Amino acid sequence: MRQPVAILLALVVLAVLPTLAAWAGSPATVPLATRILIYGIAAASLNFALGYGGMISFGHAAFFGIGGYVVAILFTHWFNEAPIFGLIPGTNQLLITLPLAIVVSGLFAAAIGALSLRTGGVQFIMITLAFAQMLFFLFVSLKAYGGEDGLSMRRPDAFLGLNLRDRPTMYYLTLVITVLFFAGLRRLVRSSFGTVLDGIRQNERRMEALGIATYRHKLFAFILSGMGVGMAGALMANAMRYVSPDMMHWSRSGELMIMVILGGTGTLLGPLYGAAALLLLETWLAGWTEHWSLGEGLVLLAVVMFSRGGLIALLRRRT
Amino acid sequence: MSAVLEVSGLVKRFGGLVATDHVTLDVQAGEIHALIGPNGAGKSTLINQLSGEIAPDAGTIRLLGRDVTHEPAHARVRLGLGRTFQVTSLLDECTVSESVALAVQAHAGGNLKLWDRAANRTPVRTRTEALLAGTALEPRAAMRAADLSHGERKQLELVMALALEPKLMLLDEPMAGLGHVESGEMIEVLRGLRARAGVLLVEHDMDAVFALADRISVLVYGQIVASGSVEEIRENPEVRAAYLGGEDELC
Repeated sequence: MRQPVAILLALVVLAVLPTLAAWAGSPATVPLATRILIYGIAAASLNFALGYGGMISFGHAAFFGIGGYVVAILFTHWFNEAPIFGLIPGTNQLLITLPLAIVVSGLFAAAIGALSLRTGGVQFIMITLAFAQMLFFLFVSLKAYGGEDGLSMRRPDAFLGLNLRDRPTMYYLTLVITVLFFAGLRRLVRSSFGTVLDGIRQNERRMEALGIATYRHKLFAFILSGMGVGMAGALMANAMRYVSPDMMHWSRSGELMIMVILGGTGTLLGPLYGAAALLLLETWLAGWTEHWSLGEGLVLLAVVMFSRGGLIALLRRRT
Repeated sequence: MSAVLEVSGLVKRFGGLVATDHVTLDVQAGEIHALIGPNGAGKSTLINQLSGEIAPDAGTIRLLGRDVTHEPAHARVRLGLGRTFQVTSLLDECTVSESVALAVQAHAGGNLKLWDRAANRTPVRTRTEALLAGTALEPRAAMRAADLSHGERKQLELVMALALEPKLMLLDEPMAGLGHVESGEMIEVLRGLRARAGVLLVEHDMDAVFALADRISVLVYGQIVASGSVEEIRENPEVRAAYLGGEDELC
């Protein structure tokens, strides 16, 4: 279909969604939509490493959790007026916490990526999984920050005097960030770096023979990917006003991966569709039965087996 | 003349097997040095050490006078090494022009630029068009590499290697699997290569080797058993026995 028209239409619908929800008397729609957008950012970031770079990471939930904890920990220290280690003051300013969450996730991605990328294939999957589980258990044992109970935030971070506790406001902030994020991601995959990364995914040996230091380029992509997931985690902390080690549990990594595969690996918007499909399905099935994950599994199976390329491929074939 | 490649005392062992046994050879600028030998002689192992995919156990490799024995593959390419693979290794999802453009871009640099548009890099596009112009691949420019014929894939590998403006080309059986006409074309292409780079040519097709080579070295069980001009090798009794010997066994 005329893609720009479709995207413009989708943006209009997303822009009036809170009004529609209020009119339809279904206020739960807005926080659900916020979560979908945030997961969409996280899944698309994972997809940059997985789909565009061919690095099948099973540990990206670690960066989601790191991003969230950066926000929540800074908030707690600010709220208690107790600097971290008595030195670094906490803060509740989103303009500081969000970039900081991105940077810290990037540093973790650099460390994990530098070690994991020395392997490939199944070993890479297992090592990224192992690192994420290490961080999961680290935060479970960090009693100062709530241990396995997690950490709640009394209020969301402050941002330009907006009341982020108001759900439509949080939704609109997330929507703006989502649009900017996907515009940036589109630019990134079409850049010189994106082209080289695509070559590495197709044939690493060939790119090495063209003089490309493939390890360095893969690491760079892995870091960028981790930073995107970290940003999503920071937004999630603000939207839920709560973080817990569950954010970095391996099943969360699996969920992100399912969103990518369900929506369309290696496509720009596929992971966003995947996030929407998975969360809507979950909500819908959970209203019917507590054994909703069985239904979810069957739908997943059907999409993966019959769509060849995820939901985005189905959409393209129909139009 | 100056040497673009100097290999001395190169040794590679796999367990008890000596795959490369004190190999010493050189390639001068503007010459085609052919490396022949029966199957299992260690030709591919040698090529992979020269390109940097396998680390040798002893000896040195000098590229344009620089010791690159311990340099990784991509660093050797940066210094001026280009190669083709025995089994073609391409970017199957890319079209011919995308593949060549990527090679040109890899050579031109700026590969870590995150905010430009790869498709809009005019110097890259101009150079890509120039490289493809006049080749048999020109009418195939919009075709995916996966859909090319075997001969075209071999040619694409060669064009991608040439995009790197190499001073030394390692060609691992460029004739393998080509039909008669395609072989003839490939010989012409390789002959033209001599002006641009020194070539180390590993090849089973003896007609091609005798047509192209300035010098020939013969590798048997990892050792260079003879080295000399085409005439010398043709007449060498040891070579005839070991390799050309029987009626056939050329592959």
